[in-house]
Amino acid sequence: MVKRWERRAVKPATAARFTRGDRVRVAARPVLGHCRTPWYLRGKTGVVAAVHGPFRDPELLAYHKPGLPARVLYKVRFKQGDLWGRYLGPASDQLEADIYEHWLEPAK
Amino acid sequence: MSEPERKNTPRKGAGGRAVHDIGGLTFGPIDRSEHDLALWEKRTDAMLILLRDNKRSILSVDAHRRVIESYGEQEYDRIAYYEKWIRAIRNLLVEQQVLTRDEIEARVAEVRAKHEKTGRKAPKERVPW
Repeated sequence: MVKRWERRAVKPATAARFTRGDRVRVAARPVLGHCRTPWYLRGKTGVVAAVHGPFRDPELLAYHKPGLPARVLYKVRFKQGDLWGRYLGPASDQLEADIYEHWLEPAK
Repeated sequence: MSEPERKNTPRKGAGGRAVHDIGGLTFGPIDRSEHDLALWEKRTDAMLILLRDNKRSILSVDAHRRVIESYGEQEYDRIAYYEKWIRAIRNLLVEQQVLTRDEIEARVAEVRAKHEKTGRKAPKERVPW
């Protein structure tokens, strides 16, 4: 039987845990199956640049599930120098990535 | 499109790094040349759009990505962009019980025979499930 995924808008299960300006660390965990957190960001610390709001969880949508509970998606800003062992560009260079809340933890 | 020269950087032993997740690894320069899409590539694109629209919702882009990301490293590096797409569509149609493997194999054999009859080249390669 075809399990149809749903694309209706979702309400957040809970309020957003982080707000703009918060320092966050990307979880350094391996994962099986589909996930949208790139390897090179795992374990890295950045700052929340924007709160995009709740979206269905792609890790569940990948298995034809409704993708609930919805996860809050954030735009997180990293310093390029923090990401690469030997970064030769200017210290002001940054990288922004969209990361789901369940991949983020508070950082000092 | 000329295939970019990819120096195969092993992703093995990286403790859970998936085959597609290559950001930051060394693969040499990126081939930025554009090319016209072949008819089958356009059809593949169209099929994906139709299968994930509101009427059908047979697959999501995340399910499609999941299948593509599950190819082994050698296969992932070897096969072209839309080839990854059409293989994943095929497997998801079976996973979602829209078609059976037998139905797809039978149809492929039919098309292959038709091409052989008309002298059109048909690749001999059998695409693994």
